[in-house]
Amino acid sequence: MHLHKYEKIWLSFGIVSLIVFLSVVGVSAFSQDHTPSGGMETIDPEKVNETAPFDNPGVTQLDEDTYQVAIVALAFGYTAPDLRVPAGKEIIFKVTSTDVVHSFTIDNTKVNMMVVPGRITTKSYTFEEPGKYLILCNEYCGTGHHMMYTEIEVY
Amino acid sequence: MIAYSDRKIALWHIGVAYTAFLIGTLMGVLQVFVRNDSLELPAWLDYYQVLTAHGVLLALIYTTFFIFAFFITGMSKSLGSFGPKVRLFSWIGLWVTLLGTVIATVLIIIGEASVLYTFYAPMQANGFYYVGLALVIVGTWISSFALVGHYLGWRRRNKGQLSPLFAFMTITTIVMWIIACLGVVATVLFQYIPWAFGWTDTINVELSRSLFWYFGHPLVYFWLLPAYIAWYTIVPKLLGVKVFSDSLARLAFVLFILFSIPVGFHHQLTEPGISNFWKFLQVVLTFMVIVPSLMTAFSMFATFEIAGRKKGGTGLFGWFKKLPWKDVRFTSIFIAMVFFIPGGAGGIINASFQLNEVVHNTLWIVGHFHITVGTPVAMTFMGLTFWLIPYLTGRRFTKRMQILGFIQIITWSIGMLLMSTAQHVLGLLGAPRRTAYSGYNDHPAAMEWFEGIVSNHLTMAIGGTILFLSAMILMYIVIMTMFVSPKAETPEQMVEFPLAESDMSNTPKWLENWWIWIGIAAVLIIVAYAIPISQMIQHAPPGSKGFITW
Repeated sequence: MHLHKYEKIWLSFGIVSLIVFLSVVGVSAFSQDHTPSGGMETIDPEKVNETAPFDNPGVTQLDEDTYQVAIVALAFGYTAPDLRVPAGKEIIFKVTSTDVVHSFTIDNTKVNMMVVPGRITTKSYTFEEPGKYLILCNEYCGTGHHMMYTEIEVY
Repeated sequence: MIAYSDRKIALWHIGVAYTAFLIGTLMGVLQVFVRNDSLELPAWLDYYQVLTAHGVLLALIYTTFFIFAFFITGMSKSLGSFGPKVRLFSWIGLWVTLLGTVIATVLIIIGEASVLYTFYAPMQANGFYYVGLALVIVGTWISSFALVGHYLGWRRRNKGQLSPLFAFMTITTIVMWIIACLGVVATVLFQYIPWAFGWTDTINVELSRSLFWYFGHPLVYFWLLPAYIAWYTIVPKLLGVKVFSDSLARLAFVLFILFSIPVGFHHQLTEPGISNFWKFLQVVLTFMVIVPSLMTAFSMFATFEIAGRKKGGTGLFGWFKKLPWKDVRFTSIFIAMVFFIPGGAGGIINASFQLNEVVHNTLWIVGHFHITVGTPVAMTFMGLTFWLIPYLTGRRFTKRMQILGFIQIITWSIGMLLMSTAQHVLGLLGAPRRTAYSGYNDHPAAMEWFEGIVSNHLTMAIGGTILFLSAMILMYIVIMTMFVSPKAETPEQMVEFPLAESDMSNTPKWLENWWIWIGIAAVLIIVAYAIPISQMIQHAPPGSKGFITW
C-alpha cells in the first residue's frame, strides 16, 4: 500500500497530536486525580431515605478540611436542605436518585454528575469563590425537567 | 440507468426519508420558539413530545431511509440489478422499518413515549414504543442482509476479484451496523420489552444505558460512513478525477469497523457504575477512530488539489479557484466537509475524559451534533438528493432547481452557523440541553447565559427559522424532481450517477477479508466491554421500577 510523503507527514502529525492530547488527559487524571464524577457504590433505589448518608441529606463536616454533601435527586427537585459550604475546603458530593436518571450540575464549576437510580455518584470539589451557585438538572427527566433546580451557598 | 424495479425500492425509501424530514424539521422550528418563550404550545402538545419526534424522525428515520436509498441505488449500479430474492427482502426490510417507524411515531404523538430517542430507563414508555424501535432495527437488518446477499452473489460470480469501492464501503457500513445493533437489540429485547409489558418488575438501569451506548456511538458512524462513501466515490467524479487511493480508502473504512464500536463509554464519562480505568480505556479507543477521519481529510484535499491542477490551477492555492463551484452537487458536499472540521474537533473535546464535565449535557452537545450529523451528514445527503432523485425518476434537474439548490444549501449553512454557534457558546456558559424555556425562576446565573452577542435567545431562533425555510426549499426540490420536473429526453438532459473510477491494481486482497476485521473488532469489543458489563450484572443494585414522569 502506497502512502504519499505528505500523507505520512499529515498522519504522523495527527497521531502525535492525539497521543499528546491523551497523555495530558491521562496524566492529569491518574497522577493529579482529576477524574470525572463516578463511583462504584450501589444502593437500593426504594430504600434511599433509610440508607446512610441519604437518611440525613445535607452538609456534614467529616473533618477540619472536608465536608460531605448528601443529596437525593427526584422528579423534579433535590432533597438537600440548607446547602451552605465553605470556600477553600474539599467538598465531597454524594448523589443518588429515588426515581429516574437526573443530573446534579453546579453552574460555573466542574461539578456535573449523572445521577443514576441504584448508584451513588461521587465528586470531590473545592470552591474557590464564595457566592450563590445555581444547581440544575441537565438530564431529561420528565415534564418538569426544566424546573428542576436548587442553590448552594459558598461562604 | 439501473433496473426500474430497483429504482422503485430506492424511491420509496427517499419518499419515507423526506416525509420524516418534513415533520422532523417542523418539530425543530417549534422548539426554538418555545425555548425563547415566544411560543406556548397547546395543552395537548408537550415540548418533550416535540423534542422526541424531532430526534427520532431526523436522527434515526430520515438518515436510515436515505442511507438505504443511496445504498440500494449504488449497489444496483456497481454490482448489477437485484435478483428476485434481493428485491423481495429489500421490500420486506422497507415495510418492517416503516411499520416500526409508524408505531413509534404514533406513540410519541399520543404522548405515550416522551422519553426522547435515547429512551433512558427507568422512564417507561408504552411497551409498543420499544417494539416499534425494535422493528426499525430488524427492518434495517433485513434490508442489510438483502444487500449482503447481492454482494455475495457478485463475489461468487467474480471469484478472486476485489469488489467495486462503492460495494466494499456499503458492506463495511453494514457490517459495522449489524455488530453495533447487537447492544440495542439486547437491551430492548431482554430488558425494556419484558419490563414495559410488566413481565419483569424492575430493570438494571446502568446496564441498559451501557448497552444503549454500545450502539449509540457507532450509530453516529452509521450516519457518517455513507457521507464518507459519497466523499470518496462521488466527489472525485464531480471533479473529473479518479479516487485518490483505493487501498487507503478501504483501509480507512475497515478501521471504522474496528474502532467505532468499543467507545460507547465516552458518552457515560460522568456517571457511576463504570470505573475510571474502563472509561479511560474507551477514551483511548475513541481517539483511535479519529485516525481514519484524518486519512479521509487528506484524501479529500489531495483529490481537490489534483483536480484543480488538472484544470490549470497553479501556485500554492490556485487550484482551489478551479474547483467546480457552480456545481451544486459539489459545493453542497464541500460545505458539508468544512462543517466537519469544527465538528470533529468538538468531538475530540467531548471525548477527552475529565474535560467532558465542562460540556456534558449542555447545549454545547446540541451544537456539536448539529455540525456533525446536522450538516456534514445531512448536507451531503442533500447534495446527493439533487441528483439521486432525478436519476431515479428519469426527470431533469433544471436550471431553476439548481439555483434553488444553491439557495437551499447557503441558507442551511447560515442557519446552522448561527444556531450551532449560539448553542456551543451557551453550552460552555452552562446552559443545559433538552430543556424547554427556563430561567430557573429568573436565577441571575441563568439570565447571564443569554446576555451575550451570540449567546442569546434571538440567535438560536433566527438560525432555526432560516433552517426551517431551507428545509422547505429542499422539500420543494424533492417534490418537483420526484413528480413534476420534465422528463429527460436527450442524453444531455439525463442526470447521471456520478461514480468515480478507482484504480484497484495496487489494493491488497486482505483488505476484503471480512473475517479478519470482524475478528479484530470482536476482540476489541470484548477487551473494552466484557469486564465492566459483567460487573454491572454481577454487582447490580436492586433494579428500578418504571416511572412515567411526563
